[in-house]
Amino acid sequence: MNLTMLCYLVPSLIMFAAGVYGFCTRKNMIALLISLELMLNAADLNFVVFNRFLFPGSMEGMFFTIFAIAIAAAETAVAIAIIINIYREVKNTDINSVKQMKF
Amino acid sequence: MGNTLPILVLAIPFVMFLILGLGGVKMGRKLAGTLGILANGALAVVAYIIAFTYFFSGDPAFIDAEGVRQQLEVFDVTWLAFTDRLVVNIGFILDPIAAMMLVVITTISFMVHLYSWGYMEHEPGFQRYYAFLSLFTFSMLGLVVATNIFQMYIFWELVGVSSYLLIGFFYKLPSAVAASKKAFIVTRFADLFMLIGILVLSYYVAQTPADGPLGTASAFNFSMLNANAQSVLASTAGATFLGGSVLTWAMVLIFAGGMGKSAMMPLHIWLPDAMEGPTPVSALIHAATMVVAGVYLVARFFPVFGVVPNSMVFITVVGAITAFYAAVVACAQIDIKRVLAFSTISQIAFMMVALGCSYNQLVVHEGHTVLGYMSGMFHLFTHAMFKALLFLGAGCLIHAVHSNNYTEMGGLRKYMPICHITFLIGCLAIAGIWPFSGFFSKDEMITAMFNCNSFLGWWMTMVAGLTAFYMFRLYYLIFWWEENPKYKEHGHKPHDASWQMSLPLIILAAVSCVAGFIPFGEYVTFDGKPYTIHIQTSVAVRSLVVALLAIGLATLMYAKKNPLPEKVKNFWPALWTAAHRRFYWDEIYQFVTHRVIFNIICRSIAWFDRHIIDGTMNALAAVTQWTSLKIRGLQSGCVQAYVIWYFLGAVALAAITWVCLL
Repeated sequence: MNLTMLCYLVPSLIMFAAGVYGFCTRKNMIALLISLELMLNAADLNFVVFNRFLFPGSMEGMFFTIFAIAIAAAETAVAIAIIINIYREVKNTDINSVKQMKF
Repeated sequence: MGNTLPILVLAIPFVMFLILGLGGVKMGRKLAGTLGILANGALAVVAYIIAFTYFFSGDPAFIDAEGVRQQLEVFDVTWLAFTDRLVVNIGFILDPIAAMMLVVITTISFMVHLYSWGYMEHEPGFQRYYAFLSLFTFSMLGLVVATNIFQMYIFWELVGVSSYLLIGFFYKLPSAVAASKKAFIVTRFADLFMLIGILVLSYYVAQTPADGPLGTASAFNFSMLNANAQSVLASTAGATFLGGSVLTWAMVLIFAGGMGKSAMMPLHIWLPDAMEGPTPVSALIHAATMVVAGVYLVARFFPVFGVVPNSMVFITVVGAITAFYAAVVACAQIDIKRVLAFSTISQIAFMMVALGCSYNQLVVHEGHTVLGYMSGMFHLFTHAMFKALLFLGAGCLIHAVHSNNYTEMGGLRKYMPICHITFLIGCLAIAGIWPFSGFFSKDEMITAMFNCNSFLGWWMTMVAGLTAFYMFRLYYLIFWWEENPKYKEHGHKPHDASWQMSLPLIILAAVSCVAGFIPFGEYVTFDGKPYTIHIQTSVAVRSLVVALLAIGLATLMYAKKNPLPEKVKNFWPALWTAAHRRFYWDEIYQFVTHRVIFNIICRSIAWFDRHIIDGTMNALAAVTQWTSLKIRGLQSGCVQAYVIWYFLGAVALAAITWVCLL
């Protein structure tokens, strides 16, 4: 059985949908962050797969993915820092406890 | 003559204005005043050198082999080119009237600078005052040396600004502020017509073909327009507006600017109020120099005015009515400066009539020396001297008794001998008594008026008689009548002013005594050819008799305290009140501006602005606000709600794309 593009894209889609679902339903901010990473990794997977199958001679998608992973790590660090600060204020990590960000 | 001296004439006062205006606050009063006086003295010397070189050097550039004085442009640089023909130059014209005006302006300006040293000694803003005087001197000199009508217009506005600044010098007095605004608005209103006139004139001139007689020169240039007045007339041939030829309209509109500056009826209302300014300013600006700008304009543009006789008739009629009106009003004023202001209006109108009535000489005797032109300029010269003298004398009186009204004066001849004698000389000069300067110039003017029309001659002779009457009424009420008991109450008696104030009086009085003997016709004539003034005995005797009768009447009524003036006043009190209130011109203007313009026109415009223009804007704002209030609930602050909306939006977009692509 050949490994076609679909064999990679379907798990990637499932990962992404799981991320969206988790982001919309979970209340814990750490869980939200994990969902976010899940979506990001699904996108990274797509880059790699499209590069591998559609443009076998080039490496742009691979490099892009490496940069995206690095930036995602930095983003996560920032997000964790924000969450810690929010925790110090409200003594929990429930997303519904930070609703002041409006008009 | 190189360019150096002419440039210095404009540069000295301008640089002084900058130095005193920017650095005056840092300087002491003494330094600022000394600088101003010295710079003005230097300026006077430069102007004298230019004028004397022009008149006496015999250089062929100034006077040709036949003894005709030439008009030349010492320099004329392009400043602003709208089109090929509509080019505004800045230059320096030198001809008899410009040279004469240089002398008049710098002399009076120097006298006033010196006099102000004493008069303004204790006033705050002394340095500012000197800076403004320099600005005025600069603007006025720029006006008289203008080579083209546009340059003249620019400096015309500048003198308006400096007049505004100086009238409102005591800016803490509401009356001074109101007077300065009034002067600026009225003259600015008149200048609007002048601008329209300039535009109409240059529009037609600029349309003439380049190979025509008007050539390719700038359409604003005085020399070109004056030399080709008939071609200017031809360029507008056929074009009419409301039954008058376009050139007549253009010249009348240009003259309207002169009516504003020279306080001709009905635009005279600002000048009496302008007396709120410091008295030396009244002497410099509102008696000797700025207010004759209108006369100078007519003289400068004389040939072009001459080809449209209707505009000259207009000038004559306006002048004749104004001269009489102002003379009558001057008989019923209490404030001595206002008497002098109305006398100025009357005398300027005299010059206007002299210029205006010469049109038939210009047309009938082509090439003949135009007597009205020469005499008008002569009177401008002598009037500047004796009117400045009278105003400066009035300043001394005001300084001594701290009031503008003659009711606070009386019997001052014993206390202020210098002021008394010089004031008397001024009065004799303005009344036209031989051998004082006014006699000679006024006599020539009246001769010119009789040459035109004997009714006009008699009318103006009567005005001259009125002049003698009101001036001597003023003189007697100040210096004779009855000694005011208040002098003794005050403790210190009125006395002559310091030498800085007395010296200009003496100099100007001396000039007024001898200026009549200057052979003015040798120097300043319309066509540049010398003209020998001969006194026409019949006219001279007639005006002398009228003047002496008027003085006699004034002596009878006012030399000693007596009930006669009250009786005359009560003979027809309504007339006296009307004359005292200046025949209600201010009330008429008040009615027209406040009741008609402000109340009806401006109110409806304001209503439109407030309800229609502002209303549209307010409606837009209200709709936006209402919408935003309605939809702001979507911004809940709940992060997950945003994500859901975003996700739904992305799905919707994807769906739309899908549908569109299939």
